[in-house]
Parts: sequence; structure tokens; C-alpha cells
Amino acid sequence: MPRRRVILNANRNGPRRMQIYLPIAEVSVNAFTLTGLGGLVGVMSGLFGVGGGFLITPLLFFIGIPPAIAVATGANQVVASSVSGVLAHMKRKTVDFRMGGVLLAGGLVGSGLGVLVFNILQRLGQVELVVQLCYVVFLGLIGGMMLQESVRALTRSRNPAAGRRRLHQHSWIHRWPLKVKFRASGLYISVIPPLLVGVAVGVLAAIMGVGGGFIMVPAMIYLLGMPTKVVVGTSLFQITFVTAFTTLMHAVNYNTVDVMLAVLLIVGGVIGAQVGTTLGARLRAEQLRILLALLVLAVCGKLALDLFLTPDDLFQIAAGGR
Amino acid sequence: MRWAIAALAILAAEPVHAQGAGSTVPETGGILPTDDRGWPLFPDPGQPRSPVTPEERPTGEQVVAGLSNASVSITASFDGSEILIYGAVKREAPIPAGDLDVIVTIEAPSQPATIWQKQRRFGIWVNTDSVRIGAAPSFYAVATTGPLEEILSPAWDSRYRISLPQSLRAFADTPAVADTRPFTEAMIRLRRQDGHYRLDESSVTLVEDTLFRTDIRLPANLIEGDYKTRIFLLRGGEVIDVYRAGIEVRKVGVERFLYNLAFDRPLIYGLMSLAVAVAAGWAASAAFRRLRRS
Repeated sequence: MPRRRVILNANRNGPRRMQIYLPIAEVSVNAFTLTGLGGLVGVMSGLFGVGGGFLITPLLFFIGIPPAIAVATGANQVVASSVSGVLAHMKRKTVDFRMGGVLLAGGLVGSGLGVLVFNILQRLGQVELVVQLCYVVFLGLIGGMMLQESVRALTRSRNPAAGRRRLHQHSWIHRWPLKVKFRASGLYISVIPPLLVGVAVGVLAAIMGVGGGFIMVPAMIYLLGMPTKVVVGTSLFQITFVTAFTTLMHAVNYNTVDVMLAVLLIVGGVIGAQVGTTLGARLRAEQLRILLALLVLAVCGKLALDLFLTPDDLFQIAAGGR
Repeated sequence: MRWAIAALAILAAEPVHAQGAGSTVPETGGILPTDDRGWPLFPDPGQPRSPVTPEERPTGEQVVAGLSNASVSITASFDGSEILIYGAVKREAPIPAGDLDVIVTIEAPSQPATIWQKQRRFGIWVNTDSVRIGAAPSFYAVATTGPLEEILSPAWDSRYRISLPQSLRAFADTPAVADTRPFTEAMIRLRRQDGHYRLDESSVTLVEDTLFRTDIRLPANLIEGDYKTRIFLLRGGEVIDVYRAGIEVRKVGVERFLYNLAFDRPLIYGLMSLAVAVAAGWAASAAFRRLRRS
């Protein structure tokens, strides 16, 4: 009877360190990996004023967290890093509260609309593809625009003889009614454009499962003409509230917030955010913008490749009926 | 022979589990076996199957078995669990001629799943076709004394759904694709790759056609529920006895508390999550301010 041999299980590997079982996601993950991930995203958050959702959500997918839980818990983590960041910015007085309030009002409306749109897409199927395409298109457009603009700004500042940008440019935005003074931003414009920016960002944020900072920051700079210094703090201020609202919605309606996962991400995230803010104060605005542009383009490139290259496996399993 | 002594020691120490220690014939009526919800069995309802459902013939051999643990507690630091399954063949008559084999399976609760296939459309890869499986276990392990194909006949496999493909069952609706086979094969391939489906051939050790034991490792990514363990006794490809036992997998401690809170009081849970986030953000900000000042 040769086949009755003693074959012991080969997968008896040594004790894996610091594995944590997530109660809602029902997966076991390495605590250090998650804390590191949170830290990385936290640095981005403090540096650029983006919530980091557009990085953390895909990264969580990658390590095997179910998508719905990744999106909801990502929002919760963004709350923490934005609070940490916005407090640091408030100390430096680089938050335009009035502008933030207007953007927030628009953002909450937009986020509600976005959830509606998301449901419609889900009913039609292919929500995943739409989200991916949204990412590629928006990240590509914004990254390209920012890179072009900031490179131009950098070369201009190198040789000032080439002419200076006018301090105050009048455009169509200044012709709209309901003008309000945004003192911290040094603007006197209509509330309608920031309100619309807030709504648009809210819609996209809800569909793409992110805070929306990476769309809002460029919109504030290029559409509203806000100075870069206040843009970061103000966008963090808006993101804090919008993501808090999103987290609560997800927790109440879908039970998809995993607080254990959130805590691990947050521990890394809040420290990272402080490091990022300190770093940001030392870098020049143009350099900061080039860095953000490159980061945005890198994420866009990765997602585009996933769409165009032949995947390793043509099949994939989605838990649940859909 | 170290393990054999160990198995004997365990057998001596633990009283033989009274419940289930006899032959248990499941109530599968009809030629085409169905799931307990009335779904036709996998792989393909339209496929020709063995014409007759085989019946167990009493041979006077029975399995008596035990598990090292009847329950698994998922704590915060849960990192998988090893289950020792051991037992013996009880018989009144002398050992009949022929090879005796043992198959042990552990099955997690079933969940619905969808398998998507990507195709290139307008230059990009898009999920196009899908097949929905009504019930597939999230974890399924099969341990045997030898190569499964040699020790188990297809008819008995389809009756007891022992092999990996048999563990998937019931399309949730009429599949929209002509051939579902590539989908179900992909599902098993993917689940085997991530370790959720396992076939450990020759990992059950059997001595003197009487004592057997095996270790099955449950992975860290377990879901909660009642897991089913089955031990099959086979002769000449036919199942002659089955023993069943359950393993209760439950979250305990902080895992239990958070899970219950999230589902019973979602608003409080959500507010708590936010409070944790805001407090952590504030604490980090304050700590760094102090750090910078000093």
C-alpha cells in the first residue's frame, strides 16, 4: 500500500505576526500593512489637501477587502486624516471658512444626488466600469492640466522677464450675481460657481467613493482662482464634513463600515497627515502642484493600463448575487 | 508510528461521540438529486448523470470519529485554526477484502456568488458575461487517503457532492451563456489559488484499515457559521458509511461586540466610528503641535 504514506500539511508556516481579524469585512489582515498604507495616504492628505480616498480605496481592493467595505471604511479614514490636517491648517490660518461652507452646502446636495446616480448605474450593471472610466478620465484631465500649468508657472518664475501674471483677472465668473466677499481667499465672486463646484464634486465623490479633494483642489485653483495656500485647508474642511456624512450613510444603510479596519488606517493616517502638512509648508506651491499632478497621472496611468492590458485571468468572482 | 500512538491515545482519552456514530443515510429522493432549497445540483442540470442513485449496502463497517474541537472562536488576533479529525472503523466481522479508503471534508456555509468573464470591447477589457451560482461554500477542503479519482466513483461523488466541482451548486437563474463550464472551472481555479478550496490527496493516514487521522487547517479568512464535517468510508469506489459532525465558528469578544453593534444599532456604530476618527485626528494634531514646540 504505497499510497498510505504520511504526508503532513505543507502549509504549516510559522506564526504570522500581527494578523488582525476584521469583524465586518470578515478577513484577516496584517496590522502593519494597513497602518503603513494609512500613513502613506496621510502624507498625501497633509501635503496636497486631498483626502486620499482615490488612493486608499483601490489599495484596499488590492489587499482583498470587499469593495463595499473598502469604500465605506475609506471614507471613515478620510474623516480622521482631514480633521488632523484641517486643524493644522487652522493654526496657520489657511482655511477660508466662508468658501468652505458654500462648497460644503453644494457637496452635501451633490453627494445625495450621486448616491441616486450610483443606484441607477447599479441597476444597469457595469457600475465598476463606469467608476474606472470616471477615474481615468478625471485623473487624466486634471493631472495633465495641472502639470502643464505648474510647469509653465515654474519656468515663468525662473525667468521673470517673460512677463508676470496679472494679480486680478476678470473672467465670466465675475459677472454672475450674488457676489460675496471671500476675505481669506481675497476673492469677490458670486456664490453660484463655488456652489456648483461643490455639487459636481459631491456627485463624483459619491459615485467614485472618494472625498473628492483631487477634483476640488484643481477646481478651486483654476475655476475659482483661489490662492493655493488657502485651497488645501479649505478643501480639507469641506472633505471632513462630506466624508463624515458619507460614513454615516454607509454605516446606517449598508452596515459596511469596519471600525477595526478604520482604526488601523487612522493610526497611520493621522501621523502621516501631520508629516505631510509640515512637509508642505517647506515646499513651494509650484513644486507642490507638480508633485500632485505627477501622482494623479500615475494613478490614472495604472488604472488605464488595467483597462487596456489583457488581465491575468479573464474570470473573476464577485461575492453575492451581483 | 508516532502518530498512530497519538491517535490511539486520543481515542482512549475521549469517549466515542455517540451522536452520528452510525450510518446516516441522507434523504435524497429521485434520480436527479436536488439541493435542500430544491435547486438542481451542479455541474449542469442538463447533463446526463448516472441513471441510478446508488444506495449504501450495509457491510457491517461503521465510522466512529471525533474532532479536536467542536467550535472555533474568532478573536481579534485570529490566525486560522487547525482541526484534527480522527477516528476508527467499527466492525463486527473480520476485515473484508479490498482497499478501504477514507475521505474527510470540511465545508463552510454557502453563499451566492457571481463569476464574471472579461472581453475586449472597443479596446478595453469589460465584464461581459456572468454566471450566478446560487450557493457555493466560502471554504471547502477535501482530504483523502489516496487520489480522489481512484478511490471515489463518479456516481457516488454526485450523490454526496464530495469533489470540488460538486461543491458548487445551483445556478441562481437560467445562465445567459451557452457553456457554463469555463465559468465554474474558473471559480474553482480561483478559489483554489487563494486557498479557499483545497484538495489534499493522501493527507489522511489510515493504519491497519482501522484507525485514521488528518489535520485540516482552516484559513484566517473564515466567515462565521456552522461548518459541516463529513467522513466517508469507501470500498471499491463506493461509499459504505458516512459520519457527520458540525464545527461552530463564532466571533467572540470585541469582534462579537462590534459586529452586533454594527448590525443592531447602526447609527450608534456609525457615530462611534466618526468619534474615533475625529478624536484620533485631533489627538495627532495636538501631539504634533506639542512635539514641534518642544
